[in-house]
Amino acid sequence: MYRYDQFDEAFVRERVAQFRGQVARRIDGSLTEDEFKPLRLKNGVYLQLHAYMLRIAIPYGTLSSVQLRQLALIGERYDRGYGHFTTRQNLQFNWPKLRDIPDILDLLADVGMHCIQTSGNCIRNTTADHFAGAAADEVEDPRPTAELIRQWSTMHPEFDYLPRKFKIAVTGAARDRAAIRAHDIGIQVVRHPVSGEVGYRLFVGGGLGRTPMIGKLVRDFLPKAHLLAYLQSLMRVYNLEGRRDNKYKARVKILVHEIGIEEFRARVEAEFAALDPAAIAADPEEVARIEAYFAPPAFVSLPETSQRLAADRARNAAFDRWVETNTFPHRQPGYAAVTVSLKPVGGVPGDATSDQMRTVADLADAHSFGEIRVSHHQNLILPHVRQDELHALWTGLVAAGLAEANAGLITDIIACPGLDYCALATARSIPIAQAISRRFGSADRQREIGELGIKISGCINACGHHHVGHIGILGLEKSGQESYQVTLGGDATENAAIGQLLGPGITAAEVPDAIERLVAVYLAHRHDGETFAEAVRRLGIEPFKAGFLASQPAEAAHAAA
Amino acid sequence: MAPAKQKILLPAILLANDLLDGDVVFWTEQGWSIDPAQALVARDVAAAERLQQVAAEALARGAVVDAYLVDVALREDGLPVPNHFRERFKIAGPSIRPDLGKQAAFAHLRGRA
Ligand code: HEM
Ligand code: SF4
Repeated sequence: MYRYDQFDEAFVRERVAQFRGQVARRIDGSLTEDEFKPLRLKNGVYLQLHAYMLRIAIPYGTLSSVQLRQLALIGERYDRGYGHFTTRQNLQFNWPKLRDIPDILDLLADVGMHCIQTSGNCIRNTTADHFAGAAADEVEDPRPTAELIRQWSTMHPEFDYLPRKFKIAVTGAARDRAAIRAHDIGIQVVRHPVSGEVGYRLFVGGGLGRTPMIGKLVRDFLPKAHLLAYLQSLMRVYNLEGRRDNKYKARVKILVHEIGIEEFRARVEAEFAALDPAAIAADPEEVARIEAYFAPPAFVSLPETSQRLAADRARNAAFDRWVETNTFPHRQPGYAAVTVSLKPVGGVPGDATSDQMRTVADLADAHSFGEIRVSHHQNLILPHVRQDELHALWTGLVAAGLAEANAGLITDIIACPGLDYCALATARSIPIAQAISRRFGSADRQREIGELGIKISGCINACGHHHVGHIGILGLEKSGQESYQVTLGGDATENAAIGQLLGPGITAAEVPDAIERLVAVYLAHRHDGETFAEAVRRLGIEPFKAGFLASQPAEAAHAAA
Repeated sequence: MAPAKQKILLPAILLANDLLDGDVVFWTEQGWSIDPAQALVARDVAAAERLQQVAAEALARGAVVDAYLVDVALREDGLPVPNHFRERFKIAGPSIRPDLGKQAAFAHLRGRA
């Protein structure tokens, strides 16, 4: 796993010391809030509804057990004993006190973590497929690429004051689990169809928020060594031409939309042609050093399938269900990648207590080479578990309330903090998630419905990715009440699409029934083996719209609820 | 953040976040308090303008952040309850965690949002 070098270490320590001084000057009155706010934001400190909030970067969602234990400790000592994992693969603490934050940052630095570039108009934490380095279907582990981008983009002087925030995501597989086309730049590691060379396919101009856009293909194949030069060209075009006069039009998606992808591509290619890629590319020694950190752990040679696992599954139906939903095929025979659900039925999506974090850290040490991932679905992943050991792992997870067998199912809901925490929110999102989760909580029912992603945001900023939810829910205010808009047909994968609005806003209390009606339309019309998303693509939105607008809830619904 | 020139709706209270702790605090007869029941209620424009003055001074001194006036309704027992649900949540705490925020400390806030 990647570890900080001395440069990183010294730099992070220096930043903590600087921030300690800035906090002291804020407290003694020599800095006003207007002066201090940009400084605190540069260190991940927001002011929310009830308290400050600290956003901690988890580069490409990869954590060691040591780091996770440290987060548990911080949560316990300086917060309220829990943290919130987000769609940006970050962790947020909801209750830190300003006076404690320098100490928290020191504890983070002790384990090579920080909050730099988790806010502001810079290149943010680079996200990646949470199964990176484990997935059977990947061309290559995307994390060395993400790490290279992290190093290149951290404090890059040219890109420290962009028109707006900038988010990059990388996947190493054709199956997009990193929502790359919902990002400013999406990068897919690909193999050249003719030469077999490994390189990149790049998308630009994706983004959600007020004006949702799906990223457009800007380069079909880029040799690996050209990555930084190409990114530099692209960022340069954006930095020069992105709008700074209107914050709502400042993201690169607007520039791409306004001038068109062909023109944008031409400008990037012109910039690129004027650069010397070799001069900008990272030192090959450094690239090799980074790659070495992501070398696979010491897997043992095992048969493809485990007899032991088969026997354990046959003996225990609950375990069998969990294996079916929460494990993912691993590239190494005899192993599996495991989703640790942070979505207990009726729970708060993405929240984990300090005790749960410690349990996961211990289980990672016992069963997954001490490695953990944070997924943008707000779950944790143990990437490298021996199939033989799945039962032991599951037993440990059950004891900690972390064994919900619902990865990818209707109760695996993404929800932003919404008005329960967020100062920008127009409505709550978490209670909506909880109500839907309770309504569909039955294990059999969830399995019958199959793969279905509901995503909820508490305002137009779309931190909960609602636009790309199979069902998306957006909380707004209407005449002094919380009101929810429901969209259908969104998709965050390689079939990326923005959902379409089904009808007028509804009240919070009406949401579970409305979801019931959409599910009923699907169940009535689906072909054998067809998922919800596939059925929506085939049928179009109309039958669902009719179901959504029908005021009488589907009959089947209430029998089961 | 300077308080924007707010249109005054009455009655009103002044709330803010404490600089050091982030806690939501209310302007009272005796300065800032974490208890909304103690909040000084402005019932006329002159009183509300005095609260705005307090907000401006407090922000300048830097003791609090994000100070602004909130229009409220007065409950029978006198407790000021914000008219907008956003501030009702801001005062009570997360609706999903009754064990956190002011609702945990002050019985009079429970089940208010
Ligand atoms: C302090 C709390 C937060 C603030 C102030 C905030 C602010 C914003 C704003 C203003 C946008 C819109 C950007 C634009 O359209 O240009 C946005 C988008 C987004 N935020 Fe947040 N957010 C917060 C919390 C979160 C959380 C908790 C998550 C993860 C769960 C998150 C992830 C995202 C994502 C994924 C987007 C949409 C993708 C995009 O950038 O286009 N944010 N946020
Ligand atoms: S979508 Fe809105 S409510 Fe939700 S976290 Fe983002 S800014 Fe807050």
